[in-house]
Amino acid sequence: MNEIILKVGFEIHQQLSTKNKLFCNCKCLEAENYDSIFLRKLRPAHSELGSYDRASIFEFTKMRTIKYHSSYLSSCLVEADEEPPHEINRDAMDTALIISLALNSNIIDEINVMRKIVIDGSNTSGFQRTMLISYGGHLQIDGKKIGVQTICLEEDSGKLLSDDGKFREYGLDRLGIPLIEIALEPVTGTPTEIVKIALNLGRLLRTTKRVARGLGSIRQDVNISVNNGKGIVEIKGVQRLDQLIKVIEYETIRQHGLILIAEKMNRERKSNDIIIGDKIMDITNIFMDSSSKIVQKVISNKENIFMAIRVKGFKGLFGFEPYPDIRIGKELGELVRFYGFGGLFHSDELPNYGITDIEVRKVNEILDIDISKDGFIILGGPREKMSIAISAICDRLNNVSSGVPSETRAARIDGKTIYSRPKPGSARMYPETDIAPFKITDDLLVPLKEKVPKSWNETISYLAKKYQLNKNLAEKIFDSNYFEIFEVLSGLTKISPSFIASKLTEDILNFERQGYDSSILNNNILLDIFKRLDSGLIAKESINLIMEKLMNRTTKSVDESIRVLGIKSISDEELEKIIDKIIEDNVLIIQEKGMKATSALMGKCMTILRGKVNGKKINDLINNKLNIILNLKK
Amino acid sequence: MSTNDDLQSILNDIKVGDIVNVVLNNSSVISGRLMPRYESSERDHIVIKLPNGYNVGIMLKKIKFITKVSSFSIETEELPKKNLYNSSSLKSQHKNDNDLSQISNLPKIALISTGGTIASKIDYRTGGVTSVLSAKDLYTSIPELSLYASIDTEILFNEYSENIGPMHWHLIANKIIEKINSGNYDGIIISHGTDTMSYTAAALSFALQDLPIPVIIVGAQRSSDRPSSDASSNLIASVIFATQLDYSGVFVAMHGSISDKEIYCHIGTRVRKNHTSKRDAFKSIDIPPIAVVQDDRVEIQKIPSNIILHKNKNRNKINKEFNIISKTKFDDRVFLLKYYPGFNPILIENVQKLGYKVIIIEGTGLGHINRNCFSYLKDAIASGMLVFMTSQCIWGRTNLNVYDTGRDLQKIGIISLSNMLSETAMVKAMWLLANYNDLDYIRNKMQENISNEITFITPIVEE
Repeated sequence: MNEIILKVGFEIHQQLSTKNKLFCNCKCLEAENYDSIFLRKLRPAHSELGSYDRASIFEFTKMRTIKYHSSYLSSCLVEADEEPPHEINRDAMDTALIISLALNSNIIDEINVMRKIVIDGSNTSGFQRTMLISYGGHLQIDGKKIGVQTICLEEDSGKLLSDDGKFREYGLDRLGIPLIEIALEPVTGTPTEIVKIALNLGRLLRTTKRVARGLGSIRQDVNISVNNGKGIVEIKGVQRLDQLIKVIEYETIRQHGLILIAEKMNRERKSNDIIIGDKIMDITNIFMDSSSKIVQKVISNKENIFMAIRVKGFKGLFGFEPYPDIRIGKELGELVRFYGFGGLFHSDELPNYGITDIEVRKVNEILDIDISKDGFIILGGPREKMSIAISAICDRLNNVSSGVPSETRAARIDGKTIYSRPKPGSARMYPETDIAPFKITDDLLVPLKEKVPKSWNETISYLAKKYQLNKNLAEKIFDSNYFEIFEVLSGLTKISPSFIASKLTEDILNFERQGYDSSILNNNILLDIFKRLDSGLIAKESINLIMEKLMNRTTKSVDESIRVLGIKSISDEELEKIIDKIIEDNVLIIQEKGMKATSALMGKCMTILRGKVNGKKINDLINNKLNIILNLKK
Repeated sequence: MSTNDDLQSILNDIKVGDIVNVVLNNSSVISGRLMPRYESSERDHIVIKLPNGYNVGIMLKKIKFITKVSSFSIETEELPKKNLYNSSSLKSQHKNDNDLSQISNLPKIALISTGGTIASKIDYRTGGVTSVLSAKDLYTSIPELSLYASIDTEILFNEYSENIGPMHWHLIANKIIEKINSGNYDGIIISHGTDTMSYTAAALSFALQDLPIPVIIVGAQRSSDRPSSDASSNLIASVIFATQLDYSGVFVAMHGSISDKEIYCHIGTRVRKNHTSKRDAFKSIDIPPIAVVQDDRVEIQKIPSNIILHKNKNRNKINKEFNIISKTKFDDRVFLLKYYPGFNPILIENVQKLGYKVIIIEGTGLGHINRNCFSYLKDAIASGMLVFMTSQCIWGRTNLNVYDTGRDLQKIGIISLSNMLSETAMVKAMWLLANYNDLDYIRNKMQENISNEITFITPIVEE
């Protein structure tokens, strides 16, 4: 792997924390439930320059009905594409400009809102509204400048709820939330170095205090190329930094594998030896009585057929694996799966899967295969989708010799990537005619310059000073999803900010490591817990007990947790009674140890009072009482 | 120097569409395609389309100079290669798709384009959407149409519907007669902007009575240059209506809900646009739509007994000399008066002075108007004007017997038009005025049902 040069370009999509959406007055709220449903179909439209976008045509070949779910609290006719967009949300525009200023990016004189055609249904209109705010600039990391390509302001897409092949369902609550998209210049380096860039960019965005936090509020698209390959692979949907490292590692191997396959092919075969798809035959009859379960499953549907495609000079190339599980046969399988096929067979893996030697020979015969050199592909599935899928296979095979094809892939949680569509071209962009161009004047920019966030170090020192935190804790709380509620709690209660911060970072993280779910701890719940502590209803020690019960889902509310844990607030009177009783029971120890008996008494008190009363309070009370008793004796 | 001259001097021989390098005063360079500038925007910026597809505006003041990299050519994106393979079995399978439109036993449709959102895309002159797509373009971009009919297209004119008036109604009506008389068509489709679509529908309903085949007016609320446009589904449904409807007459085909599901077929005199932007803006008033297309099939609705619809005659039976009632002229001396609290009755006198012949009042509720208007209306009627009463409630029937005001209005000579829509009443009066001279005849005809503009029974419909 030493000879691999890895180049990675990031696109960060960060939701802004504006009150309203980008093009309407709806609130940016996650819907808890939906009120109404409507159905739509999308079809590709001509772009401004009169050509169809390749990605749109691709989606159209998979066209199906889309079901949209909406909540009146978070979406209106604008999101339903039943009303033209309103004017650009000025707050969101300000944020995009502030971030552009922070990254020394060149702000465009007149911003034009564009429609980026996306007809997978994630946008009701069939396009995503987006505008280029600035270009160029840089991000400073450890004294190194990382170049910025572009900064765009755009609307978030609908939330995919389900896709059963027949209906695709989206929630409209997320549609229209302002997003800032920052594309960085491709950089070389190790995955860890590259992830550090993403981390720093994320931190810079958060220092504006104008961006949303939490899972799903930031998404990375990554462009990865290996050894200066021409193909640009865009990987969508990376949500976490640890996933990002895995994605980069997997994609490096995949792309390098494809390059090795291309090298093998170009080394071993002459270009005119390879002829793709010059003979394509219907072989449904050959497979009619096949004992292969996979074949029988396909053929049981009367609409389905089997086609065989001859690929001259390709023997051995479908199945060649320069790295485990990286081979052209797999790439083709992913490709056809996206057109609604279960998969395909290639000559290098047959006979297998219940397909017999006899059947293979019949296929060889009908395709006039030279078994010393040629290969074939067998595809089974719906007749009406056959020609588009075969076109796609032939296209892909034509690209094998050039290594890595440009395409869009989706990231899975385990870091593997799967083919999702051809890379969209510039033909997918045309002007949003419903919104007038927006001029950026000096009058508008000057006041924003004062709002440019401080650097990361300044921000952390400022926080550390303001809340009396050590630098490490200040960094942790600022990086966490709980920074906003931390500031609220620190302002609202008399509890020490450093206690709050450590609960919200270290303790929650500890529970997460035990596999507990932190998503339950929303701002309202945290506010509830810490307010109870502040008013003395619960003790500091109870916080972790309550959080644990909630996070491992044994309880559903703070009240229930308190009840289950048997935490009751104890009145001072009761407390004194309990302590008096313990002192009475332990007179011998007190006589023996004097004031040093405190720790022993403390231990006994805590077995009864843990979580119910603040430990310090108990300690003070014991000390007072001992003092009095011992003084009396004197 | 004006900014116009600035622009000229900077651009020199560079034309819209050329690939250029824009060198800024700070020596940085922006490369891309020079795009047309909306004429309505100020001319102190140029717009460049960057290679990533974004358009950006650059201030003229910041530009040092521009150089041309290459001249305009349309880059066509590489489409999936269709003819990579040579298989006979696949070929035969696809032969049919291409040849469908040529099969002669499909019904024949004439699609007449008049403009509007259904035929619109971006216009750099105004920056908004404009009507430029020909009916032929639509046919090419919606290939499914070839499943249902063989379609001849013709652009009659290209107007936003707010610019369409009585003269255009006349042109459309004559074009329809020409198409019907050719004996070549099973149905006719008019693509039309939605804003005044129902006025045109009413006008054609009066101008062309006893039509032998259906005339379907169709539009779109979302422009056809967007993937979510309702243009294609409305147009496909209009073709299905035009070829499969059992009835002839003038109808409007538009979305029935905000879903791409049912497309409704409305009677031309009973339909109204009720929303500025929603797909289901069009509603049949006081009756249900007569038919619905769902899953590419026509379902005829229960038609109230008082609705008169003619049977769709097969085009083969259309005599070349077929005589449809065709009076296609309109006289625009009809005033549509919306009464409102605070209305100044002197306006009535002015309308009369301007030479108007008919006033259609859109009264309140059952058909009322402030008593301070009475004397002016009396004068107008005495001078030979006709004054009719409709309601601004949209749904429901006028009734001048219930309240004193109504009875007083009757005494003055104001005639109630039952549940005729005020817009339809206005169009009807324009039509009568142009084609008949006798005022008494016109007065009587206004109260008679000609084309379902009055339905004397209002069904109980669950909304």
